[in-house]
Amino acid sequence: MSAEPFTARNHELPILIQNLTKRFGDFTAVDNVSFNVQSGEVFGWLGPNGAGKTTTIRMLLGLIKPTSGNAFVLGFDSATQTKLVHANVGYMSQQFTLYSDLTAMQNIRFYGGVHGLSSDELRQRIAEIIRTAGLEGRENTLTGSLSGGWKQRLALGCAIVHHPKVVFLDEPTAGVDPISRRQFWELIYQMAKEGVTVLVTTHYMDEAELCQRVGFITGGKLVALDSVSQLKQTQMRGQVLEIGASDPEKAMRILKAAQLNGRIPFDEVALYGAQIHAVMPDAQKYKEAIQRLLMGEDVQVSSIERVAPTLEDVFISSVKAPAAIV
Amino acid sequence: MNQFAISAANLVKEFKVNKHVVTAVNGLSLQVAPGETFGLIGPDGAGKTTTTRVILGLLSRTSGESSVLGFDSMNDMYQIRERVGYIAQQFSLPPNLTVMENMLFFAGVHSVDAEEQKKRIPELLAFAGLSEFSNRLAGKLSGGMKKKLALACSLIHEPQVVMLDEPTLGVDPVSRREFWNLLGNLRAEKGLTIFICTPYMDEAERCTRVGLIYEGKLIVDDSPANIKRVIPGHLLEFTPSDFSSALKLCNEMNGVLEVQTYGEKLHVFVDDVLKCKTQIEDALASQGIAYDHLREIEVRMEEAFISLIRRQKESVEQNEMIGEVR
Amino acid sequence: MQLNFQRLAALIRKESIQILRDRRFILLFLGLTIVQLFVYSYSASRSVYHMPMAVVDQSRDATSAAFVQALVNSQYFDVTMYLDDESQAKDAIDKGEVKAALIIPPHFAAEVDQRSANFLMLLDGSDQFAVRSGYSAVGLVAQNFGLQMSAENLALSGAVSSTNHTLPINTFAQVLYNPDMNDKWFVIPGIIGMILQTLAVEQAAIFLVRDREWGTMEQILATPVRQLELILSKLIPLSVLCLLTLGMSVALGIYWFGVPFRGNLFLYFWLALLFLASCLGLGLVISTRVATQFEAEASAMIFMLFGLLLTGLFYPRTGMPLVPQLIGDIAPLTYFLRISRGIYMKGVGLSFVWSDALILVLYTLIVVFISSKRFKMRLD
Ligand SMILES: Nc1ncnc2c1ncn2[C@@H]1O[C@H](COP(=O)(O)OP(=O)(O)OP(=O)(O)O)[C@@H](O)[C@H]1O
Ligand SMILES: Nc1ncnc2c1ncn2[C@@H]1O[C@H](COP(=O)(O)OP(=O)(O)OP(=O)(O)O)[C@@H](O)[C@H]1O
Ligand SMILES: [Mg+2]
Ligand SMILES: [Mg+2]
Repeated sequence: MSAEPFTARNHELPILIQNLTKRFGDFTAVDNVSFNVQSGEVFGWLGPNGAGKTTTIRMLLGLIKPTSGNAFVLGFDSATQTKLVHANVGYMSQQFTLYSDLTAMQNIRFYGGVHGLSSDELRQRIAEIIRTAGLEGRENTLTGSLSGGWKQRLALGCAIVHHPKVVFLDEPTAGVDPISRRQFWELIYQMAKEGVTVLVTTHYMDEAELCQRVGFITGGKLVALDSVSQLKQTQMRGQVLEIGASDPEKAMRILKAAQLNGRIPFDEVALYGAQIHAVMPDAQKYKEAIQRLLMGEDVQVSSIERVAPTLEDVFISSVKAPAAIV
Repeated sequence: MNQFAISAANLVKEFKVNKHVVTAVNGLSLQVAPGETFGLIGPDGAGKTTTTRVILGLLSRTSGESSVLGFDSMNDMYQIRERVGYIAQQFSLPPNLTVMENMLFFAGVHSVDAEEQKKRIPELLAFAGLSEFSNRLAGKLSGGMKKKLALACSLIHEPQVVMLDEPTLGVDPVSRREFWNLLGNLRAEKGLTIFICTPYMDEAERCTRVGLIYEGKLIVDDSPANIKRVIPGHLLEFTPSDFSSALKLCNEMNGVLEVQTYGEKLHVFVDDVLKCKTQIEDALASQGIAYDHLREIEVRMEEAFISLIRRQKESVEQNEMIGEVR
Repeated sequence: MQLNFQRLAALIRKESIQILRDRRFILLFLGLTIVQLFVYSYSASRSVYHMPMAVVDQSRDATSAAFVQALVNSQYFDVTMYLDDESQAKDAIDKGEVKAALIIPPHFAAEVDQRSANFLMLLDGSDQFAVRSGYSAVGLVAQNFGLQMSAENLALSGAVSSTNHTLPINTFAQVLYNPDMNDKWFVIPGIIGMILQTLAVEQAAIFLVRDREWGTMEQILATPVRQLELILSKLIPLSVLCLLTLGMSVALGIYWFGVPFRGNLFLYFWLALLFLASCLGLGLVISTRVATQFEAEASAMIFMLFGLLLTGLFYPRTGMPLVPQLIGDIAPLTYFLRISRGIYMKGVGLSFVWSDALILVLYTLIVVFISSKRFKMRLD
């Protein structure tokens, strides 16, 4: 992660960050972060709340100035060549920024117009976007009265209306239903196939599995940067045991207690859907003991097996949880 | 008095949009008993937010009945507001108040006395992971931190009922678990009734009862276990090396009821596990597609949701076709 | 409707913090007030000073010279040329070289002694401000000059004429309350009212809208806050701010512009508070009708225009056709203007302004009623 010198080759990278730091007063939101993203790559930018993801994206877009370090998009310096950056990128911000008092269609037209689309192109794009966003029949609804999920879909459409070469998506699927989420990702992959570079943040770890490479940021520091499969090998401190139990909540309490009194050296016990994921150094060794423990407390164990870690397991393992009272 | 914490009967809410009528809630009935955790799920724009707002008296209803703790949503709205904690989906706190000022404000309008404030505010701030940011302006928090502050503010008056509209939107996986642990504790200790709209199916899994809303109607209302039981067949999961070929392969296979994607994994519903497992293995091998971790897993809400919505869509389309034929 | 003071206090605290935190807003609020006071009071002085004037002095004696000097001393006229006869003077006005021409006939001094002096003042009628200022100035100067010239109340009659016709003046208007015809005296009490109306209407209109635009309204509505508490929490901090502005403006008026305050300051402030209440209520009505800050500001601007044009601030209402008069009636300023000028300049008491005060009371009740009807504690 050492900073490479600025060379002609770096120049061609769609996204390049060198020793990027941002301080607000004496609070460091982004701390000496360096990475780059290749052309046509889908890059996942992950981390807990307040880690500095959005701040990084804002610096890449030139919306805020870095305290030190550089950010380049398509070879343009984000801090000084902001206009050029904006002309070539699409940005879907975390907070809803469309005009609530315009209709869905007017918003698309507005963003298309801002990016200088001709009226023919615009007409075609409006139809396309309305279709991909599934907003047929809602074209003339005021954006403010669209439901949360639809707003997200429209926002995504507006971000890519001008066929940008690089797209920044800040939690695009927040509040979107499971089916549309999958459609979002199909769209993202479609764009990537066409050579668009995508940097995306999300708190859905199942989605993050789809990224070709992910960066983990926590407390402003880049803590991991690799492909998902590599991260699962390098970042996992233990093995994952998946437990299906008749009463998962009760099973959780029992296992937590066992972790506290040291009977079983869990690194982590957590509910994962209706199952429990327990992380420990040697899954095989404690499998029986866990089963016996749960049975002894009248909890039926329907399944217990070692599974490959999910990215969510990796996330929790590599990102220390903030202090909590519960 | 009725014995339900939340109840709605034949609830209808219509919006007038450019002269025509949008029916957001269409004859919805539900009952939530005290101490229950009721999850409302459904596709984007199904009417979750509208239902929540009407029940809370934030929107007037077109027809039907609704009440909270026996208080009518329209006539006794202040009684309801005194006893309920609410988080709006598009939550936004006064951005130019600090974290602490926000807490004090919500404590004040909920008439929490000074003693209690001294005790609860630090607790809730610690839960939200915001203790060290109590002097930061709310507008300068990250997206997820804002949401956590909102959660903390909605719990300040120890409500008997909470109505949460996508409360964990943009909250990271670790904090999401902590939030659910907190809700679990409050339910266990204080008998809190929880009504929650969520796009996260793993959260739906943690509810005692789940309502699936589709075009303003509740089409399923049952415990997560029962809902999952309705889904026919067994579920196989694997990670193929060539995603789209494997997807096509499985879709065309005999004995395969439905194929879904989950991140980089394929989820295949089959009628017979043993038969289909070998069938899939053979087919993948013959096509030269490598794969990982082919195994049967338990159906989760995520799969159940997608399956249910798909079938609902199909039956609606069929009905329309029948209607047209007639 | 019950008021809960803890809730009200929490709401007021929130609003006050929000107002105080917004430095730009405070600066704008106070800065704009000062700037407006200066700009309007100087530019709205409709008197035209230092008009270029031609003099045709056929008398050429000490009295005529003194009279010309008196006109120059009045600051209204500057002598820019001396001409020989009336036709030359008319020419000069036609060409726009001068705005006025003074023609003093022969034997002026003798006629002054005989108390039958005449002179002719030609004024450029194409410039209505020049006509008005010159007309009144010359009358005053002549009167004062006459008084000065003779201890036994020497009457002096003058004739004033535009280029088209000549008007003999037989009666002198005597200007009450404002003997020097200082425009600022007339304008400042009105401008203070207009500034307050603009600020109060605009800010009240914006305040509710802002919560709605920020999306904070939904969350606040979901708390047990009552309608009255919410409305009061918006109005009380704003009223305090407006009263401070009022105090500052009155102080500026007295100490900077030298406009004496003749009436009862206490009464004035009470009635101003009433005026503010009606403006804020009007702002609330606006804010229940508009969806965005922009719309709110635009609506408030319209009221400012009303304030400028139709309330009698600069243009007398008596000459207006019925429709503009009726529109002017909607602006609270129309009523406060009379109160303000009455107390400020004439020093009258409540017995003279009670009818306007009563109208303001009714006005306030009506707008508060409308806004509380229109402002639902719901989102739709
Ligand atoms: N303008 C600002 N002034 C002060 N602090 C700020 C400002 N903007 C962001 N921060 C702080 O910087 C940190 C990082 O914020 P950022 O929005 O980048 O987080 P994030 O990783 O996007 O989190 P989330 O997942 O919640 O969106 C937070 O602690 C935030 O409060
Ligand atoms: N104020 C409004 N005016 C007009 N239509 C509205 C209004 N509010 C909601 N709707 C419509 O009502 C329907 C239901 O919206 P609602 O927000 O309840 O959906 P939702 O289930 O919460 O969806 P999501 O999961 O995307 O938030 C949508 O068609 C929406 O456009
Ligand atoms: Mg963010
Ligand atoms: Mg919603």
